[in-house]
Amino acid sequence: MSVDSATVRRIAHLARIAVEDAEVERLGGELNAILAFVEELSAVDVEGVEPITSVLPMQMKKREDVVTDGGVADDILANAPAREDHYFVVPKVVE
Amino acid sequence: MSDPTKLTLAQARDAVKSKEMSAVELTRAHLDAMTRAKSLNCYITETPERALAMAKASDDRIARGEAGPLEGLPLGIKDLYCTKGVRTTAASRILDRFTPPYESTVSANLWRDGAVMLGKLNLDEFAMGSSNETSAFGPVVSPWRRKGDDAKIVPGGSSGGSSAAVAARLCLGATATDTGGSIRQPAAFTGTVGIKPTYGRCSRWGIVAFASSLDQAGPITRTVRDAAIMLRSMAGHDPKDTTSVDAPVPDYEAAVGASVKGRRIGVPKEYRLDGMSAEIAALWDQGVAWLKDAGAEIVDISLPHTRHALPTYYIIAPAEASSNLARYDGVRYGLRVEGRDIIEMYENTRARGFGSEVRRRVMIGTYVLSHGYYDAYYVRAQKVRSLIKRDFDQAFAAGVDAVLTPATPSTAFAQGEKGAADPVEMYLNDVFTVTVNMAGLPGVSVPGGLAANGLPLGLQLIGRPFDEETLFSLAAAIESAAPKIDLPSPWWNEV
Repeated sequence: MSVDSATVRRIAHLARIAVEDAEVERLGGELNAILAFVEELSAVDVEGVEPITSVLPMQMKKREDVVTDGGVADDILANAPAREDHYFVVPKVVE
Repeated sequence: MSDPTKLTLAQARDAVKSKEMSAVELTRAHLDAMTRAKSLNCYITETPERALAMAKASDDRIARGEAGPLEGLPLGIKDLYCTKGVRTTAASRILDRFTPPYESTVSANLWRDGAVMLGKLNLDEFAMGSSNETSAFGPVVSPWRRKGDDAKIVPGGSSGGSSAAVAARLCLGATATDTGGSIRQPAAFTGTVGIKPTYGRCSRWGIVAFASSLDQAGPITRTVRDAAIMLRSMAGHDPKDTTSVDAPVPDYEAAVGASVKGRRIGVPKEYRLDGMSAEIAALWDQGVAWLKDAGAEIVDISLPHTRHALPTYYIIAPAEASSNLARYDGVRYGLRVEGRDIIEMYENTRARGFGSEVRRRVMIGTYVLSHGYYDAYYVRAQKVRSLIKRDFDQAFAAGVDAVLTPATPSTAFAQGEKGAADPVEMYLNDVFTVTVNMAGLPGVSVPGGLAANGLPLGLQLIGRPFDEETLFSLAAAIESAAPKIDLPSPWWNEV
């Protein structure tokens, strides 16, 4: 499988990364180099093999359904690039 | 006392505890060394005032007889660990001005035990790289140089600031992280010791995430004993990381110097790559001989899926990274670059904020997880990962206690020498280390000597899950048998 320019643009958009027209060809080449490198996996016999879910046998931990943290709105907002009172500010989303 | 930066962490601990030297004196010596070594670019952020305040508090605790296991010992912290009130960048422009209001569990454990923070160490951006050249804050220069050559050598990566600072004596020890080799490869490149413990041994909470099923914290130090001392403090259960294991932390230092007689060491034939350099092959044979002399039993083993580990890694790690890095959207923290609407704001922010290696990996991850490719790439890779892990399970079930391999396929290289034309060339650095992350096992890199070009080489030991103690015993046996490496004298000092 190899990626063309349209695919590079689609992937970049899905990844929410702007790409310049001039970059598309180079990016396509780099992605194709990596995909060629991983291509050998298609020849591995994985018949009947389960995909790994955890490297160690481990019980899913559970805890009491109680509030353990919170009340730190100022801390949470401290690094926001744009904020008003206790809100994050984003460009208008709904017309 | 002569130069306190020349002490090992264990020696410094004993000197401070016996009041032969104060924590302030020890800390000041390291801060002075850091001032003279700016050209190595090891630290992104230095915290001298905080260091001196912490050292003073350590001296007060020592005076009151309340010293912790790391009391007054100055350490460097990889800038992937969130530190409360101290800028944490992950070496990315997107986190250039991020100051966490919380402390990572592992660094909090170090402060609980009395350690002193010197500053935040440089790394590859988001820990993606093998040479520290992807850092938005510029590459780290290794204190090592090739014989008769002034070229700037890379310290390995991603924990290149950690390895270079430890080798240049700009801290007694450093925290690091390892997703595909990022502790062990830089340790091998700088003549230092680095251990990636078993997945789940250290909490990942508060460490900027790269690939969550592979990431583990661990130390880089100048001796095996120092690594054992640091890991004991770093490790432990944390309710805030559901994958952290609720099991007691052994006294790893007690395993240093323990006999390795009768231990069965597996030597996997698949690691003898086509075109392996004669020097690496000889180092490996030498490692086998050292362990045999120490009384270990050597057995040939097979780990048949080894060659698929690196391609598997370059599907799984980018997939997890693309998901983890989705949080950098210009809304809650980090850089924001405006656009005409919110989507364009996201796209501009991430294009400007991420460097080229990070963009590349996020895009590969997005691709292998996208509709129509998920089964062919991601699910298949997770199946191959099961096979890689099964190889190790079978070797351990057959009675092997640990596996011995080279740590890297070559010595360190010069800046700009690798990966410029083809990203895969750089990825091949991790060929011996990446299997360990795939299987969640502990792995340690220990110096084995110097290559003909004058640069250090490392040997890797891979252990059973949660059997770091055996690794410390075996690594100590290699350390005492190997020729002693003299760390470079400070050519980098500015007057």
